[in-house]
Amino acid sequence: MQAPAEKAARLEPATLGGGMLPDWAPYGVIAGSMLFAAALLAATGAFSVALLLVVSTVVSCLTIYAWSRAVEGRRRALDRLVTFAIIAAFALALTPLLSLLFEVVKRGLPGLSWEFLTGTPRGVVGGGGAAHAIVGTVVITAVTAAISVPIGIMAAIYLTEYGGKGRLRRALTFFVDVMTGIPSIVAGLFAFALFAIFLGPGIRLGLMGAVALSVLMIPIVIRSSEEVLKIVPNHLREASYALGTPKWRTIVKVVLPTAFAGLVTGVMIAIARIVGETAPLLVTTGIVDSINTNPFEGRMQNLAVYAYSEYRTPGVMKQASYDRAWAAALTLIAIVMILNVVARLIYRRYKTEIR
Amino acid sequence: MHADTTTNAGQILAAASGGKRRWGDRIFSNLAVAAGVTILALLAGVALFLLIESLPAVSADSARLPEGKSLVDYIAPLAFGTVLAATIAVLIAVPLAVAVALFISHIAPRRIVLALGFLVDLLAAIPSIVYGLWGIFVLGPAAVPMLEWLEKKLGFIPFFEGPASSTGRTMLVAGLVLAVMILPIVSAVAREVFTQTPRKLQEGALALGATRWEMIRMTVLPFGKSSIISGAMLGLGRALGETMAVTIILSVSGIVTFNLISQANPSTIAANIALDFPESSGLAINTLIASGLVLFAITLVTNLGARAIIARQNIQ
Repeated sequence: MQAPAEKAARLEPATLGGGMLPDWAPYGVIAGSMLFAAALLAATGAFSVALLLVVSTVVSCLTIYAWSRAVEGRRRALDRLVTFAIIAAFALALTPLLSLLFEVVKRGLPGLSWEFLTGTPRGVVGGGGAAHAIVGTVVITAVTAAISVPIGIMAAIYLTEYGGKGRLRRALTFFVDVMTGIPSIVAGLFAFALFAIFLGPGIRLGLMGAVALSVLMIPIVIRSSEEVLKIVPNHLREASYALGTPKWRTIVKVVLPTAFAGLVTGVMIAIARIVGETAPLLVTTGIVDSINTNPFEGRMQNLAVYAYSEYRTPGVMKQASYDRAWAAALTLIAIVMILNVVARLIYRRYKTEIR
Repeated sequence: MHADTTTNAGQILAAASGGKRRWGDRIFSNLAVAAGVTILALLAGVALFLLIESLPAVSADSARLPEGKSLVDYIAPLAFGTVLAATIAVLIAVPLAVAVALFISHIAPRRIVLALGFLVDLLAAIPSIVYGLWGIFVLGPAAVPMLEWLEKKLGFIPFFEGPASSTGRTMLVAGLVLAVMILPIVSAVAREVFTQTPRKLQEGALALGATRWEMIRMTVLPFGKSSIISGAMLGLGRALGETMAVTIILSVSGIVTFNLISQANPSTIAANIALDFPESSGLAINTLIASGLVLFAITLVTNLGARAIIARQNIQ
């Protein structure tokens, strides 16, 4: 990097006095603008955190532009203005995430109790827990994974190891893209239509939910598995062939173990994606208030639908129902976060170093 | 390509090494092909079964359908609401997503880039039911002053005609929540391409004295233009099909209006299914499935458009 003075001289050769803002300028402007905005809002009596952030953002953008324009010239001023605007946009984009996490924890904790995790609403007036929903979530997710993971990984193996440039490969790549775009409610309707035709329209099963979720999970598994299988270096395969190993044993003993950490990570992130799905389960698994562990028989509750129905049809004690809805939301977010973080840790810890 | 030569080598070796081993190979490769075919069959099944189950609604007399309307009259307002909500979401999300992508790819310090990417990905990982609860209990009430301000100051524009909702359960708030939900998708697609902008272009621009913004405007943005468009279309596809957040947030009344801030809003196809399906039976279910088929068709066209743009860009 060159000295700041040189840089400024090159940018604005025409203005002899063309200087450079001090290094602390952006931070100073932001701090000053916040103070100014706080004072302004306090003076007008319309103080709120949201308004403070909006006003201070606008003020700091204007200030840095004016100051830089006076000292550094038009082009540098515009550069600083855009940088400020982009940072502000990034902060704005992350505000919902922070607010959401904060609110879910704040509103979810009161409802989160031992009773919530172990009890069911069966026979309890206006109360009970969500054990039936937690069990249902686990069963439905397990069945979904049992359907999606083998199909998804075998299809990815087909794409990377067997497909070549054939027509099936191209069709598959294309339709997996199509499949990623299927709205979750449409996947639910598909599972409903499939089972309704054979078993009658009143049918609601845990298995139906798992079929619907598989439509959503399979393409995610294929995409992530394909990515990690692709980066297994060819010299490993060639070395294995050179020893006379058949292709399928090469895949099972060389390719898959090399890609194992990536495969596990991909599957866990795919599970995190579908574990909170509500819409497809709303139309396939029904609503019930006792524990059901058999996906092949009877209705099955799950956390996401539980949260929705506690909100939609609150009992006599409205707030208690809302508390349970938030507690279910908190539990879901916790599951999703744990899956995401653990998946990344596994990848970092166990990935095969490929040279 | 490398993969082909090894495939051939593998086949030749397998062929040369006798019958016993070829059995395993044959079973394994058939399994792989079967998995591929299963997926194609599954997708064909989605279209086929939806079609079969919606046929009764297509052929039925309109008096027997829900609300006594013809199928087209029933679905059209829903389709309008779907497109309206998704359009608002895309208009809000795309500029923000581009800024987020630029921030991560070109402005943020290298050390924190990974962490920032993880944060943005988290937005995509949050279940839509949670977005729905957050939208109605937190964002909706918080947005009421903004809606009132819009009505007062910009009420002459039909979008903000009012009367402003007192609960925040409006099209604009639903669109905002959808925008948050699709932002990570759009920004991931854009970021991917922004980071691939050829270094020599970027460094050339800087060497000629461009500021960072001028460099971005002259090299990164033109290079990533089609990725922004395709990302926006992928986001649009997601927003069109998003169900729970809209179901919870929007207070619906089945009308067709461009008024974004009032209590009376058109519903969306997906939200309508989620609301009505659990209590429906008979022809009403067939009607809902027919509307689902329409939604499937709309998202399919949108996604294919996005993929076509991405494919054309990859060729270049």
